Amino acid sequence: MQSLSGRKKNVVNKKMTIGEKLYLPAIIGGMFVTLKHFFGKSKTVKYPEVKRNFSENYRGLHVLKKDDTGAERCTACGLCALSCPAEAITMTAAERTKEDKGLYREEKYAAVYEINMLRCIFCGLCEEACPKQAIFLTSEEIAPANYDRGDFIFGKDKLVEKQHHPVGKIRGGGPYSKEHYHQHGKNKSIF
Amino acid sequence: MEQNVQEELWSVTIDGNEIKVKPGTTVLQAARMIGENVPPAMCYYSKLEGSGGKCRTCLVKVSQGSTKDPRPMPKLVASCRTTVMDGMVVQNTTSPEVKEARAGVVEFLLLNHPLDCPICDQAGECHLQDLGYEHGKQKTRYEFKRRTFERIDIGPYIQLHMTRCILCYRCVFTCDQITNERVHGILNRGDAAEISTYIEKAIDNDFSGNVIDVCPVGALTDKTFRFKSRVWFTKPVQASCNCGKCSGKVTLWYKGEEVIRVTARKDQWGEVESFICNTCRFERKKTSDWTIEGPTHVDNKSVISANHYELKYDQPVIPQKTSLHADHPSFKEDKKLLN
Repeated sequence: MQSLSGRKKNVVNKKMTIGEKLYLPAIIGGMFVTLKHFFGKSKTVKYPEVKRNFSENYRGLHVLKKDDTGAERCTACGLCALSCPAEAITMTAAERTKEDKGLYREEKYAAVYEINMLRCIFCGLCEEACPKQAIFLTSEEIAPANYDRGDFIFGKDKLVEKQHHPVGKIRGGGPYSKEHYHQHGKNKSIF
Repeated sequence: MEQNVQEELWSVTIDGNEIKVKPGTTVLQAARMIGENVPPAMCYYSKLEGSGGKCRTCLVKVSQGSTKDPRPMPKLVASCRTTVMDGMVVQNTTSPEVKEARAGVVEFLLLNHPLDCPICDQAGECHLQDLGYEHGKQKTRYEFKRRTFERIDIGPYIQLHMTRCILCYRCVFTCDQITNERVHGILNRGDAAEISTYIEKAIDNDFSGNVIDVCPVGALTDKTFRFKSRVWFTKPVQASCNCGKCSGKVTLWYKGEEVIRVTARKDQWGEVESFICNTCRFERKKTSDWTIEGPTHVDNKSVISANHYELKYDQPVIPQKTSLHADHPSFKEDKKLLN
């Protein structure tokens, strides 16, 4: 039958030559490739002592941003939770009191905001859905490993940025921030 | 003779669909009878007498006045207030003129609207959202300061956000019609017009809660539901009770096991089927107060339908054998066949 793609090849049962039957040239050739990699530049890094830099649009750990005045941007509108394909986000809204006026930007705010990091697939749809530019997936941190499943449910204590950073995808300090790692003195970037 | 007049039907063509209707029917009602290409309506409410003609979103083009006088109408007309003529030809979405005019109307309605949908409890079932999404433009050209008002509590259960109001007058008509005495209305004129009870006098009527349901935007909201949940995280369920004051037919909105809101049932045009009393709406918030009839149908275009699943087809009925007992004749016959 004629090949539809035009890429069909017939198998030829060709007899091996003496050189091929000996196997040695092929083995030496293979060993040469292996040896070449011993002396080349390594393509891996020794994590966690050495860390690679993230690309600018990397989707890492989430951050809940504040605005320039230091008030939380999130109004608990629920669009991130609606867009989340993994259903990782939950929240409870509350009404802002007069005393809290500086803390939250709008009259409604998220009293509880939780992301289940075990469910999250880091797709970034929450970031896209957010009408208030409140949630971002940082380009500097990954969700850290842990021993306890319960510790993977990140509340506002871990998500809200401590100091405001004007760039969305950068967290202004926090338990998993770049500064935190650097303070421990072990880490250096290779790039 | 009189009998013949009553049975006479006039034919009207809306976007190529012809329908025969009784004289006196409005173009909007005829379009709703057809069910396709229905002009949107923000102020018209078929259950409220005198409503309509205010928001101008239902503008349509009449390209042929009637069979007797086939001239087109000089301007776009409000379909909720224009009655049909025999042989009338109406263009709704097929006319670019109408589309343009409607986009302009949406822009006007949104001039002073705060667009605080992330905060507003109406978001997700707001007619202005639907209208803006379907007929509006992406951006506003308005550069001036929008008018703002303080929130007003109308009684213990209803909250008025005048900032969001589009002045459709539906709530005023509701109070005129459903309640015995006029309790609130529109103050001032033009740009300064606002819905108010004047000295923030509480509405004291058993059916006052219905103004929440008729409000097409989030201007009148349920205080007991305030910030409880987004609409699309709740589950609507049809329920009824024996209420002495109203029909008792409501929609319960569940979040988990908890009833967080009670509203009247709404039809496909977003209008309530029957008005319900305040006791049903605000006080009966336990499952034990109600007889559950089944899940509410949610249109799959609505955001509320997210994660709500309905059976698309009737479930097949598998015919059951009358008995699976070994003595049953059919069982014996099967055994014979096997041997």
